[in-house]
Amino acid sequence: MKEKIRIAAGQGFWGDLPDAPVRQVEGGPIDYLMLDYLAEVTMSIMQKQKARDPNAGYARDFVPLMKQILPACVERNIKVIANAGGVNVEGCAAAVRQVASELNLGGKIKIGIVTGDNILDRIDDLLARGIELRNMDTDERLITVRDRIQSANAYLGAAPIVEALDRGAHVVITGRATDTGLTLGPMIHEFGWGNEDWDKLAAGTIAGHIIECGAQCSGGNCQFDWQNIPDLANVGFPIAEASADGTFVITKHDGTGGCVNVPSIKEQLVYEMGDPHEYITPDCVADFTSIQLADAGKDRVRVFGVKGRPATDSLKVSVSYSAGYKAVGTLVYAWPDAYDKARAADRILRARLEKLGLRFEQLLTEFVGVSSTHGLLAGEPSPEISEVQLRVGVRDNDRKSIERFTKEIAPLILTGPPGVTGFAGGRPKVEEIVAYWPALIPKSEITAKVDVIKV
Amino acid sequence: MRIKLVKLAHARSGDKGDTANVGLIALREELFPLLAREVTAERVKEHFKGICHGEVERFELPNLGALNFLLHESLGGGGTLSLMTDAQGKTFSTALLRMEIEIPDEEAGSLRLSDGPN
Repeated sequence: MKEKIRIAAGQGFWGDLPDAPVRQVEGGPIDYLMLDYLAEVTMSIMQKQKARDPNAGYARDFVPLMKQILPACVERNIKVIANAGGVNVEGCAAAVRQVASELNLGGKIKIGIVTGDNILDRIDDLLARGIELRNMDTDERLITVRDRIQSANAYLGAAPIVEALDRGAHVVITGRATDTGLTLGPMIHEFGWGNEDWDKLAAGTIAGHIIECGAQCSGGNCQFDWQNIPDLANVGFPIAEASADGTFVITKHDGTGGCVNVPSIKEQLVYEMGDPHEYITPDCVADFTSIQLADAGKDRVRVFGVKGRPATDSLKVSVSYSAGYKAVGTLVYAWPDAYDKARAADRILRARLEKLGLRFEQLLTEFVGVSSTHGLLAGEPSPEISEVQLRVGVRDNDRKSIERFTKEIAPLILTGPPGVTGFAGGRPKVEEIVAYWPALIPKSEITAKVDVIKV
Repeated sequence: MRIKLVKLAHARSGDKGDTANVGLIALREELFPLLAREVTAERVKEHFKGICHGEVERFELPNLGALNFLLHESLGGGGTLSLMTDAQGKTFSTALLRMEIEIPDEEAGSLRLSDGPN
């Protein structure tokens, strides 16, 4: 059993720096590379792709990345854990297997396939049996949006990832799984933690929470002394150096930019947090008020003292559903009287929309450069302000209304206040809204399935 | 004296649906008791008037010298439903740092605080 393992975060979200995972592999010793490809509504996009092409439905970017790093990973025994499988985990695994065999890695690697998260085909059955999948935020029943559902997936935890690793997988591909599970899984596998070692499971969960947003714990988006954070152009993504006793150190490769210090770790710890006593995952409930941090040298923070409690009986489910349309139009007004002009343009636009008889579920005007981030807290801008962006957004279930709105922006250039520009993007696009519906499902309803295939 | 939170803390915010969470972290350990005493949920709700339309919950993390606030109904529906520039609430952190609190001058002195520019 290894005493310590190094788990590197390769991606903080779908759309993060493409080279980050490569730099993690090439930048120094690591044992695991974990990658998060799924944002909240990503599954709906993948479901649409699969509807058009049965071979699609997974994160396509993952395959060329594997082509780039798989030889080094095999040579140095670095295992890869990724939720790149989307709604077609088998398809993703097949594509990776193809890449591996083209790289002459036949006989050298095994790919773990974790499924069982997808419950789209089971919705009617679940609802019929009284599993209401109520919205955790609004308490509404899922049946109210039944005909608009686009995807439905339970969040699997670390256990199936552990099983895949125990069965010899070098690359583990999942569908929907918790980000924390992608980091905790390797720890359980390497250190043999039991599924009731609550304090250790909580520690691994917290390591996962810290590194799951990539550089957001190693200097990125860091408020503390931000001007003095060195070389963010080459920011090092984080590495959790985990020990069997449940303590761990967060660090990054030597020679990379950014910083790992107690303040940067604290900022990531409070990110997207609800009640800190009860950070609920499929594997345990972690208590963030038990976490102790200590400086452990340059760009090294030790995390210890973590306490956990038993896991709950439920898994979180993410359902995505169609929720109407939206569009956003913008124009920039220049000095003098930039703010007055922008406000005048907004009044003219609204009067025209009113005259057209258009009603929107939501119509929002913002003035970027003045109050779009801090609202009323921003106070009045300087009268000499050089430029203000007028930003108007609309949302409604009626696509035609949204489309009509998009035709009213550009005309303001020739029919509204002067000093206007910033319309080169052309007519704003109508966007179909896919919204997120979080719910809970009893664990007894979900069975994870693990297959391990040889290349 | 009156002092802005930006002199006392750093912060990070995020979203969970239509709720923005703001984690407020003392710049120095010894500033935490002051924050815990003065930055109440009621005051934060008042500060975010017009922005936060629901309740404000507060949690304490003394181990990190931090407070966590949940600002319900602040993100125009949240996620893909929201039309806001900051639909993810990422700038709520600095919005909170604009908040002012009142502290007795002796306490300010003992904590080495000034209301000057730095």
